[in-house]
Amino acid sequence: MSNSAGSTVIQWPESLYHTFHRKPGGGQESTHYCPGCGHGVLHKLIAEAMDDLGIRERTIFLSPVGCSVFGYYYFNCGNVQVAHGRAPAVGTGVKRALPHSIVISYQGDGDLAAIGTSNILHAANRGESITVFFVNNAIYGMTGGQMAPTTLEGQRTSTTPRGRVIEETGYPLRMSELLSTLHAPVYIERVALTDAKHIMAARRAVRKALKAQVDGKGFSMVEVLSPCPIGWKMEPSKAKEWVKEHLMPAFPLGVYKDVIAEREPRVRSAPELNVEGVEELFAAEPTVERTGEPTWEGIAERYREPQIKIAGFGGQGVLFLGSLLANVALRKNFHVTWLPAYGPESRGGTANCNVVISQDPVASPMVSKPTVLMALNGPSLERFEPHLLPGGVLVYNSTLISQPPSRKDVEVVAVPATAVADELGHTRVANLVMLGAFLGHTGMFTQAEVEVTMDQTLKQAAMMELNRQAVERGFGSVG
Amino acid sequence: MAVELVKGNDALLRGAVLAGCRTFYGYPITPSSEIAESAASVLPTLGGTFVQSECEVAAIQMVYGAASAGERVMTASSSPGISLKQEGISYLVGSELPAVIIDIMRGGPGLGNIAPAQGDYFQMVKGGGHGDYRLIVLAPNSPQEMCDLAMLAFELADRYRNPAVVLSDGFTGQMMEAVEFPPPVSELPEKEWAVRATAETAGNLINSIRLDPEELEEHVINLFAKYARIEAVEARWEEVQTEDAELVLVGYGFVSRLLKAALGRVRSRGLRVGMLRPITLWPFPSQRLRELADTAKGFLVAELSTGQMVEDVRLAVDGRRPVAFHGRYGGAVPSVDELVAAIEKAYPEEGRSA
Repeated sequence: MSNSAGSTVIQWPESLYHTFHRKPGGGQESTHYCPGCGHGVLHKLIAEAMDDLGIRERTIFLSPVGCSVFGYYYFNCGNVQVAHGRAPAVGTGVKRALPHSIVISYQGDGDLAAIGTSNILHAANRGESITVFFVNNAIYGMTGGQMAPTTLEGQRTSTTPRGRVIEETGYPLRMSELLSTLHAPVYIERVALTDAKHIMAARRAVRKALKAQVDGKGFSMVEVLSPCPIGWKMEPSKAKEWVKEHLMPAFPLGVYKDVIAEREPRVRSAPELNVEGVEELFAAEPTVERTGEPTWEGIAERYREPQIKIAGFGGQGVLFLGSLLANVALRKNFHVTWLPAYGPESRGGTANCNVVISQDPVASPMVSKPTVLMALNGPSLERFEPHLLPGGVLVYNSTLISQPPSRKDVEVVAVPATAVADELGHTRVANLVMLGAFLGHTGMFTQAEVEVTMDQTLKQAAMMELNRQAVERGFGSVG
Repeated sequence: MAVELVKGNDALLRGAVLAGCRTFYGYPITPSSEIAESAASVLPTLGGTFVQSECEVAAIQMVYGAASAGERVMTASSSPGISLKQEGISYLVGSELPAVIIDIMRGGPGLGNIAPAQGDYFQMVKGGGHGDYRLIVLAPNSPQEMCDLAMLAFELADRYRNPAVVLSDGFTGQMMEAVEFPPPVSELPEKEWAVRATAETAGNLINSIRLDPEELEEHVINLFAKYARIEAVEARWEEVQTEDAELVLVGYGFVSRLLKAALGRVRSRGLRVGMLRPITLWPFPSQRLRELADTAKGFLVAELSTGQMVEDVRLAVDGRRPVAFHGRYGGAVPSVDELVAAIEKAYPEEGRSA
């Protein structure tokens, strides 16, 4: 066998197995395809192109569900058998993992144009560098002659026994036309396996499509109108005529897109382990040094083991306030949890989070009966004030909340947080003023402890002085 | 000791990266989206791959492709998205492909809600896809375990050539807690069976079809021989004060944190209560539960579902002891008080007098 360019039709391509060892039972010299079927011809055209391009060893052939489900019996390369319609998605995974590979997605009309429509559309739209061979024979062959999305109007199949009715089942889908409207694909052509002339044109198209992938140009597809004598219940010679007389008018042959020459090759590299890169990347993450034993010594009994709810509107830095407080406690070796309100609850302009600080492991991060409420705006106060436990602490932003809290059974601390932040020139540090005020009032943690924690966990050094001032003003506001 | 305050979802992705995963395919869905967002941020900077797929079905098939090529690959989703992935999961098993699938469970059925739930136990542990198979299922109960079990999932998936699942919930995914990260894995296992687009692997085939019934039966027999090996050595669980326990609490994931708090409460009142927390939901720690049934007089299972894992506890205990159940569902979460009351109710009379 020769692998050289210009192989003749007599030569058996190396890219096809000589004996089909994976085919069970007898007959390992012949394919499982029916007489007159187009698959065998197309297999040969693809294999010859693989030989001539010298890509056999790096080709990965994806066999679909349909008549070509056993493509791996025949193709002498890496083989992956895939779920119905999903070859372009699987091919995406293969090609991204192995950019040097040549991925062939071989699909029928039910596979590509019905169950897998979204996958082919999106793979094409992403410009995945794979080559698709789309065999259109206007019928489901493997499952026994049911209607395909490409079945012609009036065509009888086992699920259109009176002929395909357009009003009921829609029009034959023209995938080449459809996909050629996308920007990303570089080459889309429709060919037919009828006579020698058309088969030669198909041969050229197959090569061109694969060559485009070899050159890293992007997504290419060849749609192949192919006879299905058994499915159509015709003699093989009649089936070829039927392709010409019926399929070709409905699915005109031709090049629908060819921008190979104008596209630059896209170079991707294979994913690497890059351990140093990982270490470097994560070294930049903020860590805190846990020190000492957690203790509430010197803290009033009622402030210990707090269950904290912090609420405001989006943009007030409520979640950050919670995480900074949690980090301060974590540094002191307390057990802490932080939980945001997430999903739709976090939309619509409100935000809240829950912080639990304890000497013992925390059971639930969810705070439904807070001992501390920090309310940064009116709606938050309204919503969470009723849930605050008697004897709890209510710190509120008195700049934005004109109506003081009504509860008489809790400690109320008014902090003009937004006004103080505005004085510092940055409304958004009102959250840190609130934090300072809360800690100053309860004595839970010191200003120095907050500053050390900010040094350890905050990335923006430029903001540090402003943050420090805001915390300081908060502590000062409760004297 | 330096620690980080990290969200469970972020800790999980970081664990995956530390385990050598450089490839993520997924579709956004609350409450798992942070995993995809972290992957989108981290993986490309490491030369890895992140693709936001057109749908969940495509995501799991991209995983199939990358796994075929020998990559350590993952996807993450939440309950309704996981339903869509089931076909692909079955194919992964059929083709014996390792991959890691994350399910951050939310309330169902249907679109349900985004609150934490545990209604996907059947779907993941019993197999939501078609055919005879098992998934390795790991159930973290903290951000630390989100990292640790994500790493373990990759290791087990590769070791056994089977998909492994990290089954978690909205709370564990969304909450921040202290995490200590281990060093990154510096070497990955060889996968001679993969298609690598090389001369050596050009004869390889990734395939789940076995047309001949005898051949498929043999394949399934081989799969289940492998599963027997996994069951023999890979079951993991945590035990709390079971030595003298009259009543053993059983709960996984988030619920186990609440059970532990309730346990502390009733212990201080003199009730001899212990807890077994399955860390692997499959293989299930059935053998250990059977042993505990020798000494304990009853079991109480709590879940964020109408009772799914409780069936496996009952199978393990095999009618020898009563197995009570306390469930909340639809995104509701039991309070510790509520669990204390359930424990009081389930506590065996004979134990009380002892």
